[in-house]
Amino acid sequence: MKRQRTSWNNWLLISGVILLAIIPLLAIRDSEFSGADGQAEAVIGDIQPEYEPWFEPLLAPPGGETESLLFALQAGIGAGTIGYAIGLYRGKSERNSTFK
Amino acid sequence: MKTKQRISLGLITATSVTVTILAAPPAQAMHIMEGFLPVTWAIFWWILFLPFFLLGLRSLNQITKDYPELKLLLALAGAFTFVLSALKIPSVTGSSSHPTGTGLGAVLFSPLIMTVLGSFVLLFQALLLAHGGLTTLGANAFSMAVVGPMVAYGLYHLVLRINGRQTVAIFLAAAVANLITYVVTSLQLALAFPAPEGGILSSFIKFAGIFAVTQIPLAISEGLLTVLVWNWLVTYSQEQLQVLNQIKLKLL
Repeated sequence: MKRQRTSWNNWLLISGVILLAIIPLLAIRDSEFSGADGQAEAVIGDIQPEYEPWFEPLLAPPGGETESLLFALQAGIGAGTIGYAIGLYRGKSERNSTFK
Repeated sequence: MKTKQRISLGLITATSVTVTILAAPPAQAMHIMEGFLPVTWAIFWWILFLPFFLLGLRSLNQITKDYPELKLLLALAGAFTFVLSALKIPSVTGSSSHPTGTGLGAVLFSPLIMTVLGSFVLLFQALLLAHGGLTTLGANAFSMAVVGPMVAYGLYHLVLRINGRQTVAIFLAAAVANLITYVVTSLQLALAFPAPEGGILSSFIKFAGIFAVTQIPLAISEGLLTVLVWNWLVTYSQEQLQVLNQIKLKLL
């Protein structure tokens, strides 16, 4: 009974996250949704126009494609690890409850 | 087909315009970009951050040695930050940012252990993705991996004492930790770049307007996702959580 309630809650949580991401996309049409950092860079340019970054990234992805590959890889590895851990815990707890 | 072509043409133009105007590396860090903190500030934040990292490393070594059965849970906490930092989510301000995912590990283990896990994520992104940076790693780690987790931990226990509901406490802890991270980022930028008129405060309002407002819906998302994983853990891994509860005081 208790487990059913949490799983229902979990679907609510997931839909909340999805809604929060979709609403801005629907509400604001004339935007590219670029990174907030780019805007911060522009503000720095406003405040101190003469400021020059004194260090460059050692390795930068050559373009958007490679960058998105690396981001996807990062999310994939993380999600895989979470899935593995939760799956293992679930298997263990189910085995324990059947033995009892 | 025609609209598709138009969209891609528009995108190509927009991208090339942005690239030429800004002439910046493709980095889209929500953290402070490489080289964008003056040398003295970069060093200052590095010095402030390092003691927390070293203490966290010691605590992490201790826990993996004494309680090897908790390694999987540790990996899960690390993986959670890893995933969330990769998700750039559109926000109400028309720009994108990503969650931090530091609340879960801070509450499960301790803020200091989360300092180590969060720093590794930042290092990965600085080295491979040109996202954030090595010179700004001290500042970024201080906001995301030191202050964020500390606030999460404190708030979790405070709310638990007042309200008594674990899910409410974990939601607030994760959401506020996320927001605070970017408030600290704004403060770090304001300290380094005070406005000619109005000084640090006026700069802070400008930076906070960019970072913190964008972050509000993301903070809520992060809170919801943290509760989701928390629910799974409560349902399936009571054993580990009990071990953690017993050793919690030792971790601090």
